[in-house]
Amino acid sequence: MTATAERRPATTIFRRPRSTTGFWAWITTADHKKIGIMYGYAAFIFFLVGGLEALLLRIQLSAADNTFLTAAEYNAAFTMHGTTMVFLFVMPISAAFINYLLPLMIGARDVAFPRMNALSWWIFLFAGIFLYSVLVFSDPAAPVGVEGVAGNLDPADNTVLGGMPDGGWFGYQPNAGPFYSPGTAMDYWALGVQFLGLASLISSVNFIVTIFNMRALGMRLLRMPVFVWMSLVVALLLLFSLPIIAIALFMVTFDRQFGSLFFVAEAGGDPILWQHLFWLFGHPEVYILILPAMGIVSEVLPVFSKKPLFGYAAVVFAGAAIAFLGFGVWAHHMFASGISPVAQAAFGLSTMTIAVPTGVKIFNWMGTMWGGRIKFTTPMLFAIGFVAMFVIGGLSGVTHAVVPSDWQQTDTYYIVAHFHYVLFGGSVFGIFSGLYYWFPKMTGRLLNEKLGKLNFWTMFTGFNLTFAPMHWLGLQGMVRRTAYYPPEAGFDFWNLVATVGAFIIAAGVLIFMFNWWRSKKHGEPSGIDPWDARTVEWTTPNPTPEYNFGVAPTVTGLDDFWHKKYAEDSEGRPVRRPEAEETLTDLMETGIDPPHPIHLPAPSYYPILLAAGIPLVGWGIIYHTSFVGKLLILVGVLVVASASFGWSMEPLEEPHDEHDDSDPLGGGYSSVEVDD
Amino acid sequence: MDAAAAMDHHDQHESTGIDHRKLGMWVFLSSEFLFFGALITNYLLYQGQAGFARPYPAEIYDIPFTSFSSFALLMSSLTMVLAHNALARHDQHATRTWLLATAMLGSVFLGGQVFEFTEFITVGAMKLTTNPAASAFYMLTGFHGFHVLLGILMLLTLYGISRRQGELSEASGLNLELVGLYWHFVDIIWIVIFTVVYLLASVPAGVG
Repeated sequence: MTATAERRPATTIFRRPRSTTGFWAWITTADHKKIGIMYGYAAFIFFLVGGLEALLLRIQLSAADNTFLTAAEYNAAFTMHGTTMVFLFVMPISAAFINYLLPLMIGARDVAFPRMNALSWWIFLFAGIFLYSVLVFSDPAAPVGVEGVAGNLDPADNTVLGGMPDGGWFGYQPNAGPFYSPGTAMDYWALGVQFLGLASLISSVNFIVTIFNMRALGMRLLRMPVFVWMSLVVALLLLFSLPIIAIALFMVTFDRQFGSLFFVAEAGGDPILWQHLFWLFGHPEVYILILPAMGIVSEVLPVFSKKPLFGYAAVVFAGAAIAFLGFGVWAHHMFASGISPVAQAAFGLSTMTIAVPTGVKIFNWMGTMWGGRIKFTTPMLFAIGFVAMFVIGGLSGVTHAVVPSDWQQTDTYYIVAHFHYVLFGGSVFGIFSGLYYWFPKMTGRLLNEKLGKLNFWTMFTGFNLTFAPMHWLGLQGMVRRTAYYPPEAGFDFWNLVATVGAFIIAAGVLIFMFNWWRSKKHGEPSGIDPWDARTVEWTTPNPTPEYNFGVAPTVTGLDDFWHKKYAEDSEGRPVRRPEAEETLTDLMETGIDPPHPIHLPAPSYYPILLAAGIPLVGWGIIYHTSFVGKLLILVGVLVVASASFGWSMEPLEEPHDEHDDSDPLGGGYSSVEVDD
Repeated sequence: MDAAAAMDHHDQHESTGIDHRKLGMWVFLSSEFLFFGALITNYLLYQGQAGFARPYPAEIYDIPFTSFSSFALLMSSLTMVLAHNALARHDQHATRTWLLATAMLGSVFLGGQVFEFTEFITVGAMKLTTNPAASAFYMLTGFHGFHVLLGILMLLTLYGISRRQGELSEASGLNLELVGLYWHFVDIIWIVIFTVVYLLASVPAGVG
């Protein structure tokens, strides 16, 4: 195209970054793998923070009338535990998997918009830092923006921990509004979650376009690995649920900072509206948390059962059905909030309906293992643990669909037990399965299996010790979100057991961290195909080269890689093809030494710059009544605007004129500039 | 083999045949529908509730004035199409003219909104803090106005690029077609807002 050749020197703010290694390479990268790795490490650090908060909660609850935490500190700790685990751990670590694996699994070199991908990551990181900056900046005694609302003058709240957001991860109104949560903490929460949502929204657009548009030749939609399908479903859920929570959080921020009256009951505002808006997002959100793990498990189980996934299409469509139905069940979180009997019946029924596609998946996973030659590796153990624990959590979930039964369970520890079985026994076990399974993809080495098994059994034991007793505590009437229980209630024993269990989980996490740290340097080299895998991401060397594939793959069917290695005998059993080793050697060679030059998206300063402006605006809004606040808003907007301008002027790739016309392999592609 | 070789070299093919950015814009706009859907629902929930502090938004609308600024915004969609058409004919001069006209019409609308808000606050005595319906009204129309503002900035950026580089190319930089998609979306949303929020507005029985 002539435009490339004739372009004048572009208007820029910065020169293009040149580093390919070291600090600046990570800061400016647009490589989906580097971004995925950064997402993963950051999410894990937040996992540790959220875990520490959980341990504080468990210490407080280990004995009746314990005084380890004040009530204010306890509220803050459970609020930030929930917020951190949902928004700063499970969502971003899912984003880490999707970032790293999605392009590899569909045979692409990167995502559709590499710089926007970097932007999502930096917004996520800065939003997480913004949210936790509340520890440094929060002043419980400071008035919010609304006239006539004084700060919280109770000195008991004036501790570092007690100054964190304390309105729950669900931020129920009017409790989290200006009158009942004075001070700035809930403003940090509302804006922090808002910014995290922005990061996820950008990612979801990116992933959807990537999946629809960047599949390798022959990779039809129903040949994509289930993990890719679940990524697509999650991206669609995010796309349609995030705008709703965005509006709801804006309403909170407006109420708190600018005196609007959305949730102020005295002026006619409707606090129940918040519950509807929150759960209209919040219920799809729980599927956003679980579906990536379901995708991971659907990849791991077939590999270690040496069988194709049982009912591939059923698993895919069940995932889509869960997402679709997931938008129609939100009010089951509100059975005790005073909604009409018709609504209760309707949402009770829709909630039971959603158990059907979930059951389909469970049976398909069991069908996959049935009659397989199962190898109990660590990823497989975590995957089986996922299926077993998810069944328990799923069944206790169905009991909430029965409205009278739910009235008994609402706000008791039975609910806490239920959602930890689906989110810890489910999501977290799935995530650990994925970490063990794809570790070689990232490092070229295997995690230690002995430590891995120790890791699994420690976490599995600790998990059940912690959360199984909560079922009985809940049914005995122990309420959630309360820092104390009286000695005569008889809750002591099982609470102590749960606390011991929580520390066993912590030990399991420490074993995992030791394993990771040790195996990164000293782990057994993995080779190209350590698990005898089925999907395209294993057809390129480990660790993955920067360009992903030496030669862009062509796909002829589901589990394409498997069929390149195995044929079937007359009874349908897999028989390794004689040429399998040669296939692997060829893949290794072309992967290490690509036959043709490959162009990759160039690094850029603009994503991190643009993202850096956003928390500035956030702090500015919280302190907008002061001069500093107004200045911060102005600076933040200027940073965002100038970064956007520089971004739109910067081509995605450096022009590579040296071979544009001379290289016959270039075709028409080399001069196409795709910008995002 | 040609196609495969080209792909090895450079991975910019599209499985659906739709440009990444265009598909991305459509996906993003589908999310925006929910964004405005939530805002409009929010307003509809509050507008008819009795017992709020007066005035209700519907009591102080100036329909003739808002009709005028709505007309300006609708016409801007026409000029946007003309800009797109001019670019397709490689008429760079006309493209610039129509881009500028679109931005101008958008600014007329935005100016009208600033005037309207000022009137409502000073003359009508309806502030963000007056009642929940007023809060919902300002939030809905305010976010729409913010979208118009972003659109104007994008149009002016396109105009600036065109002036500086002498032409707009379809393939690089901010793409006129994408800005057009966004602009039409903002317009369509306004048609819904003007109809539902202004024309079909109601006040609860006993008020006004």
